[in-house]
Amino acid sequence: MAKTLEIRWHGRGGQGAKTASLLLADVAFNTGKYVQGFPEYGPERMGAPITAYNRISDDPIRVHSNIYDPEFVVVVDETLLTAVDVTKGLKEDGAIIINSEKSGEELRPLLNGYKGKVYTIDARKISVAALGKYFPNMPMLASIVKVANVMDEADFLEEMQGSFKHKFASKPEVIEGNMQALRMSLQEVK
Amino acid sequence: MAKISDQYNESTRWQDLSLACDVFVPATSAEFRTGDWRTDVPVFDAEKCKQCLLCTPVCPDSSIPVKDGKRLDFDFDHCKGCGICAQVCPFGAIRMVKEEK
Amino acid sequence: MAIRERLSGNEAVAIAMRQINPDVMPAFPITPSTEIPQYFSSFVANGKVDTEFVPVESEHSAMSAAIGASAAGARTLTATSSCGMALMWEELYVAASNRLPIALALVNRALSGPININADHSDSMGARDSGWIQIYSENNQEAYDNFVQAFRIAEHKDVQLPIMICQDGFITSHAVENISLLEDEEVKNFVGEHDPENFLLNSKTSMAVGAYATPAFYMEAKKAQSEAMKNAKQVILDVAKEFKALSGREYGLFETYKLEDAECAIVIINSAAGTAKDAVDNLRAQGKKVGLLKIRVFRPFPAEEIAEALKHCKAVAVMDRSDSFNAHGGPVCAEVKSALYGLDKKPLVVNYIYGLGGRDVKVENIEEVYAALEEIAAAGKVEDDYRYLSVRA
Repeated sequence: MAKTLEIRWHGRGGQGAKTASLLLADVAFNTGKYVQGFPEYGPERMGAPITAYNRISDDPIRVHSNIYDPEFVVVVDETLLTAVDVTKGLKEDGAIIINSEKSGEELRPLLNGYKGKVYTIDARKISVAALGKYFPNMPMLASIVKVANVMDEADFLEEMQGSFKHKFASKPEVIEGNMQALRMSLQEVK
Repeated sequence: MAKISDQYNESTRWQDLSLACDVFVPATSAEFRTGDWRTDVPVFDAEKCKQCLLCTPVCPDSSIPVKDGKRLDFDFDHCKGCGICAQVCPFGAIRMVKEEK
Repeated sequence: MAIRERLSGNEAVAIAMRQINPDVMPAFPITPSTEIPQYFSSFVANGKVDTEFVPVESEHSAMSAAIGASAAGARTLTATSSCGMALMWEELYVAASNRLPIALALVNRALSGPININADHSDSMGARDSGWIQIYSENNQEAYDNFVQAFRIAEHKDVQLPIMICQDGFITSHAVENISLLEDEEVKNFVGEHDPENFLLNSKTSMAVGAYATPAFYMEAKKAQSEAMKNAKQVILDVAKEFKALSGREYGLFETYKLEDAECAIVIINSAAGTAKDAVDNLRAQGKKVGLLKIRVFRPFPAEEIAEALKHCKAVAVMDRSDSFNAHGGPVCAEVKSALYGLDKKPLVVNYIYGLGGRDVKVENIEEVYAALEEIAAAGKVEDDYRYLSVRA
C-alpha cells in the first residue's frame, strides 16, 4: 500500500480550521494527488475546540475514519495547547506546527513529552501586516505546505494566485494581501 | 361512456389492474345505484312547491335535479331517502313515506 | 470526457441533480443533507436549471409536494436525513403505492434519541419496507453515479417505483474527495426525457390518482407493487451496464472484495466498506483468507446472489449500522441470514451493530471483527451472535 500523508488540524469554531483543511485538499488535488479533507462534526459552537483532517496520497483513498496517528498536526490557536492533547498519536518523525509568537522550544513543555519537531509561525503578526486583519488560515496553510513538503513553494504560490483569482473575483483588492501572507509565512515558519 | 365496472371488478387479476389503481373513467360514482339503499322515500308535491330551491343544496347525494331554475322530481337512482330535504322544506312540499319495493 | 474534480458527497449529488435538470424539487433543510437543496437552489437562482424549487414548511410537505408533482407528470426529486425522513414516513408509502418514480437523496443520519446529528442507517433501514428502491454509496463517487442512474431505474416501465440514494452523513456528505464527473450533456443523454404513460396534467385523459382500494382490490395492488420491486433487480443491472459503457465504472447489486477464496467475510454497507477494504488488505498481507461483500442494492434485496457469493465462507460477520431493537439482530443481518437459509451448507453468521450515531470506525475495529470470525470458524460455532462493536463495557 502506498504511503498516505495524514494531517490533523486543531482550531476553534469560527477560526477557519475546516476551511484551511479544505484549502490544503484543494492545493494537493491540483498537484494531481488523491485527497480527503473533512472536519469532525458536532454541534457548531463558536470558540469550541474543533478538529479537521487531511489525507493526501498518490493512490485512491478508501479509509473513512478519523485520523489518530498523523504525520503532522497544525494548531491554529495556541490556547488549545493547554485544553486539548494536540500531540496525541502524533508520530515522532513527524512535526507539529503551532500558531504562536513563541519558539518551538518555549512551547515544548506544553506538548506532553512530544519529542518530534516543533515549528511555530506568528500568524497574527503576518496576517495583520499583510491583510490588516487577523485571519490565521493563510499563514497556517503555507506553513503546512512547507513543513510537510506537500509541493514546491513556487508551484504553491502560483496555484494559490490562480485559486484566489477565482475565489475573490468580486474583490480582487484582497488577493495581493493574501499572497503576501503566504509568501511571508513560507519565509517565517521555523 | 365506459363504465369502471366493465374494466375492473372483483374478478380482475393483479396483472390486469391499472397501475396503482389509477382511475381513468370520470364520474364513476354515477354508476352506483345508491337508491337501492333507501327504506323511506320522498314524495314531491309540485302543487305546494314554490321553487325556493332550499332543498337542492342540502341533498347529500345531489339527487334533486334543477333545470332552468326549477327543481324537478327526485333522482331515485341515487336518493338514499335521508329526509333532509323534507326537513328544510318550508311549504310541506316534500313528504317521507315508507318505500314499497 | 471525464472531469477530474474534488467535491464533498453533498456537492456531488447536487451536481448530479443539476445535470439531470428535474422539473420539480420540493425540499426542507435538515442536517447533514441541507447543503443539497442549498446548492441546488443556487443553481435555480442562477438559471442553471429549469426546475421549480418549492421551499416547503416541513418534510411531510416536501414528500407530499413531490407526490403531487410526480403524479402531475413532473420528474421530481428531493433530499432529506434522519428525522426529516421520519416526518415523511406516511408519504413514503403513498409515493411507493402510487408508483411514482421520485428520487430522494438520503444523507444517512441517526434517528433520535439521544439527539445526534451524525451518521448511522436507522433512518433508511426504518424505511426499508416502505416500498422504495434503496441504493447505498460508499463514497462521493458512488453517490454521484448512483444518483445519475436513479431515474432510469425508477421510471422504467417494469418498475415505476420511487428510489432513494443513500450515503453516510458527514463521513462522505461533508468530506471533500477526488471524483470523476460526467459532462452535462452525457448525463442529459443518459437520463433522457421523462415520458410517463399517464399523468394528471395530460389534457387528453381524465385521471384520478390515489384511489381507495377495498379489500377486494388492495391485495392485487400490493402484488403488483411487489412484482415491480422484483423487476427492479434486472433493470438496475441493465442500467448499470449502460452506465459502465458511459463512465467506465462498474456497478452490480453488490460489490465483492477478495471474497472468492475468503474463509472469513464481512457484509457491510456505505462508507465503512472502504475502511474495511484497507483492513482486508492488511490481513491478506499476513496471509489470512479474508474478504468483503458490500451491499449496494438493499431494496430489492439480492438474496440468491448474496447466498451464492457467501456460501463457501466458514464465518460471516454482518455489520449493521442500526439496531432493530428486536433483541435478536439488526436489519441487514436478518436479510442476509434469511438469504442463507436455503443453502445446504451455511456459513456461521455473527451480527455486529457498529458506528451508531457517528461512532468512528477504524481499520483496527474491522480487524477485530475478522479476528473474532477466525475464532468462530475455528470453534465451529457462534457463542453470542448479536454483538456491539467498539462499545465501552
